[in-house]
Amino acid sequence: MTITSLLTPTVIIALLAAGVRLATPILLASLGELLSERAGVMNLGLEGVMLIGTLAGFVGSQLTHSPWVGALAGFVLGGAAGLVVAFLCISLYANQAIVGVVFNILGAGLTGFLFRVVYGIRTTSAPPKAAGFQPAALPLLKDIPWLGEILFNQTPLVYLALVLVLIEAIVLFRTRFGLNVRAVGGYAKAADTMGINVYRVRYAAVILGGALAGLGGAFLSLEMGIFRDSMTQGRGFIAIAIVTFAQWNPWGALAGSLLFGVADSLQLHLQAFGFKIPYQFLLMLPYVLTVIVLIISSRQARPPSILGVPYIRDRKS
Amino acid sequence: MQALRLSRNALLSIAIPIVAVMASFLIGGVLILLVGVNPVDAYSAFLYGAFGNRVNLGNTLSVATPLILCGLGIAFAARGSAFNIGAEGQLYIGAIFATWVGLRFAGLPGYLLIPLILAGGFVGGGLWGFIPGILKARFGINEVVLTVMLSEIAVQLVSWVVRGPMLDPNSYGLPQTAALSDAGKLPLLLKGTRLHLGLLVALLAAVIVYLLLFKTAFGFRVRAVGFNARAARYAGMAVTATSSLAMTISGGLAGIAGAIEVSGVHYRLLDGISPGYGFTAIVVSLLGKRHPLGVVIAAILFAALQGGADAMQRKVAVPVHLAQIIQALTILLAIVGEYLGSHGFSQFRALLPAGLGAAAPAVAAEE
Repeated sequence: MTITSLLTPTVIIALLAAGVRLATPILLASLGELLSERAGVMNLGLEGVMLIGTLAGFVGSQLTHSPWVGALAGFVLGGAAGLVVAFLCISLYANQAIVGVVFNILGAGLTGFLFRVVYGIRTTSAPPKAAGFQPAALPLLKDIPWLGEILFNQTPLVYLALVLVLIEAIVLFRTRFGLNVRAVGGYAKAADTMGINVYRVRYAAVILGGALAGLGGAFLSLEMGIFRDSMTQGRGFIAIAIVTFAQWNPWGALAGSLLFGVADSLQLHLQAFGFKIPYQFLLMLPYVLTVIVLIISSRQARPPSILGVPYIRDRKS
Repeated sequence: MQALRLSRNALLSIAIPIVAVMASFLIGGVLILLVGVNPVDAYSAFLYGAFGNRVNLGNTLSVATPLILCGLGIAFAARGSAFNIGAEGQLYIGAIFATWVGLRFAGLPGYLLIPLILAGGFVGGGLWGFIPGILKARFGINEVVLTVMLSEIAVQLVSWVVRGPMLDPNSYGLPQTAALSDAGKLPLLLKGTRLHLGLLVALLAAVIVYLLLFKTAFGFRVRAVGFNARAARYAGMAVTATSSLAMTISGGLAGIAGAIEVSGVHYRLLDGISPGYGFTAIVVSLLGKRHPLGVVIAAILFAALQGGADAMQRKVAVPVHLAQIIQALTILLAIVGEYLGSHGFSQFRALLPAGLGAAAPAVAAEE
């Protein structure tokens, strides 16, 4: 088997289409993290938030037989997870790295626990299934050569994620709320003096960011209609790395997520084609890529200037 | 007045973790009730599983061993202001190096071979700590994301090594390396249990870390860099070198844990050599307040939590994941406790209903 056997139009289209699909949960999570970091709060608990969304999406869809209810449940419970992170980081001025890392453990524990409470501690019987999204080709657009099959024959959440990139870019750079978000992440004291409620804006950004990450988590379980323990597999952390790569810009997050999605798709295809590379090195690829991306993008990274710093209002004066 | 305030802080720093642990178990009890199990039954199964007899007690202390070493490592890095959450990966790489040394020098007597195996673990884990250490110090890259990525890579490396270059040709296809020679195996401390000499190695490491941190010039530099890197640089300290070295030692301690799992528990390298010790150790280090003594106590507590939770799942069908929930809750509740300790109840109450709303034009302070 050589690399040239991969270079047929059918394989390339399939590889890129799968890449777009694999990019979507990372894209949703990184859009969420981006919003939160723009407001100055680094949510390192993104992995845990995504996991909660994964289980919420599964249970929502399993109970109602509607993947849309699952997606909504992932969004809402992701937001609720964001609220907990926000309370600890914003109101209690807690160390954001500690809160995040511990929240990931909480997310893994809670989802594993609740899944077994609802569906039983099973070891042999088949895992429960939920209704998943089916691909819905967009009329007209799907007939564009190449692009149609890559982009416009996907499940509805993929389209939603792509639209959300545009919406987030407009909100961040063209609306009052976006200006406030950037202000409290840039210089909270000045924003406060201008009458912006720093706490309220930060809460909104972190909750909304959690909701987007929860939706990204739900995408994972709704794609195949199953839930597995820790099925996010580090995607939350990859999404955080992508925000740096993206220079805190939604379009950059789209580019970064697509890069990872295509890399992931490539390693899956290489495995399927039985290349003589040990499969462990293929599985490593997304993580190695993350390290490389972080090293490269750290050189010109200009994060929101008070990222990670709790804002403490002087109550006495 | 100064002495009084110090003693109040000291009291709080002991009381908060204890109350947080008790409150977490209480919330755990509520979750057990929700499952439909009597919490008293569940927690008595828990206590039996953790300490109930010689075997269970031995197993708890055997699990505490890697938790102490990884927790010490995380605490050491944290003193130098780096949050090393990649102890799991450092343990794995340490285990690879230790196994290689153990098999390569299998003919040596135990008093030479075991120290060599432990040293191999230290070097492997140290390398896996040095990489994020230097990248953070030189380029300011977030070490949390870096160490998580390196852990994922380390797990795949072990998976490859035990199926490829280090596969035992006589294992009938089982993915594992050959067994260590008898000289490379850590002797058992209690017959009939899994408790081995590694526990004493871990306790010795705790003493050494204490001395290194608080009684040497190097430890002072680590703490100075952690306390205020800019001030340390003005004072002429080599900040980059100090913090990378602290991360290397941090990874090295986790690597010794990997060596001990090979030499004291499995006697060979295989997949899943650690069921997440490196992650539990994060909570160990946080609850132990980055102090070696605190780390040892917290490690025994969370080792008991693991053994106890296993027993709960077997006997009363409470999912073992409750252990992770309790782990996380102890830290989150300790955060709330620390806020209450420094700001008092009145401000906490003010936060809850309307604290988000009020926007008075006041002078604001940033820290």
